[in-house]
Amino acid sequence: MANRALGAPRLTGPQPVPEEAVAARPSAQVDSLIKAGDSRVADRAFFFAMLACALSVLALVGLIVYELVTKSSLSWHAFGWKFFFRSEWDPVNDQYGALPFVYGTLVSSILALLIAVPLAVGVAVYITEMSPRWLRGGLAFTTELLAAIPSVIYGLWAIFVLVPLLRQYVQPFLARYLGWTGLFDGPPYGIGMLAAGIILAIMVIPIVSSITREVMTSVPQQQREAVLALGATRWEMIRTGVLRNARAGIAGGVILGLGRALGETMAVTMVIGNRPEIARSLFAPGYTMASVIANEFSEATGDLYLSALVEVALALFIVTIIVNILAQFLVWTVTRGTPARGHA
Amino acid sequence: MPEKAMLPEGFSDAPISIWRRSLNFLATLAAVGAVILVLLPLGAIFGYLLYRGLGSINWAFLTQIPKPPGESGGGMANAIGGSVYLLLIASAFGVPLGIGAGIYLSEYGRGTRFGNLVRFTADVLNGVPSIIVGIVAYGLVVLAEGHFSALAGGVALAIMMVPTITRATEEMLLLVPQAVREAAYGLGVSRWRTTLSITLRTATSGVITGVMLAFARVAGETAPLLFTAFGNQYWNWKANQPTAALSLQIFTYAISPFDDWHRQAWAGALILIVLIVASVGAVRFVAGRGMLRGAS
Repeated sequence: MANRALGAPRLTGPQPVPEEAVAARPSAQVDSLIKAGDSRVADRAFFFAMLACALSVLALVGLIVYELVTKSSLSWHAFGWKFFFRSEWDPVNDQYGALPFVYGTLVSSILALLIAVPLAVGVAVYITEMSPRWLRGGLAFTTELLAAIPSVIYGLWAIFVLVPLLRQYVQPFLARYLGWTGLFDGPPYGIGMLAAGIILAIMVIPIVSSITREVMTSVPQQQREAVLALGATRWEMIRTGVLRNARAGIAGGVILGLGRALGETMAVTMVIGNRPEIARSLFAPGYTMASVIANEFSEATGDLYLSALVEVALALFIVTIIVNILAQFLVWTVTRGTPARGHA
Repeated sequence: MPEKAMLPEGFSDAPISIWRRSLNFLATLAAVGAVILVLLPLGAIFGYLLYRGLGSINWAFLTQIPKPPGESGGGMANAIGGSVYLLLIASAFGVPLGIGAGIYLSEYGRGTRFGNLVRFTADVLNGVPSIIVGIVAYGLVVLAEGHFSALAGGVALAIMMVPTITRATEEMLLLVPQAVREAAYGLGVSRWRTTLSITLRTATSGVITGVMLAFARVAGETAPLLFTAFGNQYWNWKANQPTAALSLQIFTYAISPFDDWHRQAWAGALILIVLIVASVGAVRFVAGRGMLRGAS
């Protein structure tokens, strides 16, 4: 240490260590950690406790299946497969068929996806490929905020804002110019399949767009640079370099959105009109599987009535599980680096 | 032009055609349009919540219980309390179970067949529609007890919390370097103590993030409470009695024919959303600066 003003010299080799540091015994904190006595019993106990928690996850799903299967057996024995093809829903005479609910669930979900997917992919493309850097985080956060809004608040907003809007402006417009398709005629109530589809679309957008974003980000940067180097415009780069490689994952996101839309309950119940009818027009009220359970389960009198509702739930459960597993598989093929081309 | 000679064979320096340019422009326009169309309802929802909600929140709303149907006045104090109560019950079951399963997955079940099964099942559970969880809680608690109860509502919400917390805990624990665990083992610390005092401790902020996300997800749930907690016009702190919940009350009031109830539904919705957005925002704030990034 010749000159203190220069600071300590930089030593390249092993640094000298003060004697006390080497001789020091474990600190009191470490000491207390070690003094646990014989740890084998405690370790085993801890392992089994954690194992029990893990098993309980399995048990919960098992329990769901068990509850749904046993409680729906009465209706299953009474109607069999025909349950899903009958459109009669008559609690007074104990006649139950789930076709209107299946129809309502499918139509509202598909309508939602038709509206949501282009928008969600557009948002994802803008955020990952086009937006200036400073806007990126904010936009991503804002779209995710849509996912944080509870279903019942969407429903509230739909009843008091969306439905009047549809009734006064959108539906008369659609009826005048697209009424000939048969999809848009009948009295414009506001409430009905169209309102349910739109509110579902708003709810599904954040899921689809966040998965799409995730998948697009996992496409290697070189891919983009290579396409741009060949003289492509930005859109051509996005289309051929990014979207084409990410399509399996995007499909996964869309299907995940479908899973969410199928099981969505409150917002749909509040605007779909809750009438078990199958109508061609999207203006007509409908009913979905989830909303019939929500509306009638706590008032269901009679074992067969309850059992029929549980059977609707069982069908909904099976469909959403299949849809979710498929979606996860598709997303996984892209984000885990498996070549997506194989699934093209 | 000297540059022309530099180009490899088969390349031209012709300008990008008008068609391709305009397609590029249209695509950009479409993407911007999509962003605007998505932000529009978001803005409309928040704007309406503030507009209708702020004007309706007053002291009575926060401190009184509902008046009989048709009478104006009264408030949602019991529903706010009920929601907090339900969340406490749900956390009492869901948080330890979720964290325990997460610990199992990251500390014991890494790469094992059973671990993968549990992980997969947790993802399946995450996708189960909430209304179905309600049916299960009904069968499990309401039928056993013979009546609707806060406990049943709490159990339903707990079932929904478990998968989120499990996966978040697992991911956070996996981020803790193996060397940290080995350092503890090297000092002779037992495995369970290492897991709890070293590994879990290191990942605390991340695990809390996961718990808060599960909390936010469950706080606004209505469907599983319809036939479990059921709702209540009065105060209730007994676990075996039906209880009010903010989300249930919003639903009941929104579909009622009374203007004053509509007003209160907006006020309740504003309070609910403020609670949820505050917790999500807090989570992002914590996750953005702690050592464990990428939590959400």
